[in-house]
Amino acid sequence: MKRVLAIPYLLWMVVFVILPISFMIYYSFNDMSGNLTLQNYAEFLSSNYLKMTLNSFWYAFLITVITLLISYPLALVISRLKHKTFWLLIIIIPTWINILLKTYAFIGILGINGVVNTIFETIGLTQIQLLFSDFAFITVAVYIFIPFMVLPIFNSINGINKNLISASYDLGASKWETLTRVIFPLSLEGVKSGIQITFIPALSLFMLSRLVAGNKVVTLGTAIEQQFLINENWGMGSTVGVFLILFMVFVMLATRTKKESV
Amino acid sequence: MNTLSKSFLTLMIIFLYFPILYLAFYSFNAGGTMSNFDGFTLDYYKSVIENKALMTVLMNTIAVALISSGISTVIGLFGALFLYFIRQRYVKNTLLTLNNVLIVSPDVIIGASLLILFSLFGITLGSVSVILAHVAFSVPIVVLMILPSLYQQNNNLVLAAQDLGASAWDVLTKVLIPNIKPGIFAGFLMALTYSLDDFAVTFFVTGNGFSTLSVEIYAMARRGITLEINAISTVIFVVVLIIAIIYYFVSDKNIKRGKTT
Repeated sequence: MKRVLAIPYLLWMVVFVILPISFMIYYSFNDMSGNLTLQNYAEFLSSNYLKMTLNSFWYAFLITVITLLISYPLALVISRLKHKTFWLLIIIIPTWINILLKTYAFIGILGINGVVNTIFETIGLTQIQLLFSDFAFITVAVYIFIPFMVLPIFNSINGINKNLISASYDLGASKWETLTRVIFPLSLEGVKSGIQITFIPALSLFMLSRLVAGNKVVTLGTAIEQQFLINENWGMGSTVGVFLILFMVFVMLATRTKKESV
Repeated sequence: MNTLSKSFLTLMIIFLYFPILYLAFYSFNAGGTMSNFDGFTLDYYKSVIENKALMTVLMNTIAVALISSGISTVIGLFGALFLYFIRQRYVKNTLLTLNNVLIVSPDVIIGASLLILFSLFGITLGSVSVILAHVAFSVPIVVLMILPSLYQQNNNLVLAAQDLGASAWDVLTKVLIPNIKPGIFAGFLMALTYSLDDFAVTFFVTGNGFSTLSVEIYAMARRGITLEINAISTVIFVVVLIIAIIYYFVSDKNIKRGKTT
């Protein structure tokens, strides 16, 4: 009885998890006319693609670090407020607005006649093209990821036993020592999950590079989209995809939380 | 709570809401740009409502979300029950890992690999492929939302029902499912949210002729600034805000009620 009902789920697992990934791996060994080849891998390991991968990693790293530097204090501040859930909700609400709408807003804000340049002008600075630059790419990505980073960090800070913090003060630790030697180590699990949900998507954001970075930032995601939908070279696209999956597995293993590894 | 942390919080809230309010403000701009406000108008709201193509896209988006979340909730519910009843720890962990693959995969990978799958299976790109893709990434989310409520429910009730002679079907429909209703509902809502919010996966498998709101907004935004997008986003923001307020008061009430009883 129960076995029969599980059939759609197992079918889902085979058709939508195992098959697509296997097909992608298979395609990565195909050239454009369908012959088996290692050429895609040779091309990926050539200088152009390696440079692009390093670039993509660099941007994902910057985005993750900046997001973390903003989100950690933010989560800390919220965890000390009286109406925590209310303020957390305030931070979460923007995630329910479609990511494309938020990106689109930045086209207006950072544009040459946008509000940022208007402010620059009134304080006597010259107008600069902020849009279509790596600055725009990083700003929008950080903006998008902040709530996703705040949530797990808040949860782990909120779960810390308050007695430990009181004990730390009683034993003469300063505020800074308590933060760095008690609170931070105890909230590391939240930081790890925050890094997971920021770093991997940051490697693959292709619509941001198209809309606000003016194609100046080429991420692994942009390369996949380009190969699949514009060049129609599915083999090369799949090869980049296979590498993205490998990087993803690596990041997951590196930031594995305690709960999962038990 | 010192002034420094208070001003930091205020600053961050301004940063998070500024873009959304910025869009809303210029949706009333008669000047047609997102830079100089030349007077108040409701023209863009009118043109959104009168834009039949856009309304079709909106209906498509809602239909795709409801259909795919419905299907995923059913598949996910039985998937969660299946995982719950597995005894062998190794099998369970392997299946759970497979379950989570699509949750951690970047959207581009899901989109590209499903594009390959659909083309090999001869499924034409359009409404069907989009719904299938949304089912694909929603099922694991539903499973993860339902599993905790299965572990929290009192298993003695299941054993009691079995002792009292209930059939497997009765145990399922009269004991288990009613017990985990909140989890099922949360799973459905989560699937709905992911479906409504998805851009990248849909973008890969949508083909020509069928479009959802995010794909349409992407196409419009690539052409440049159209204040119709501002009008749509303002409407969406207001709806989201209302839902959030209702959610806050409902859950707040529940918490308070839980405390007193």
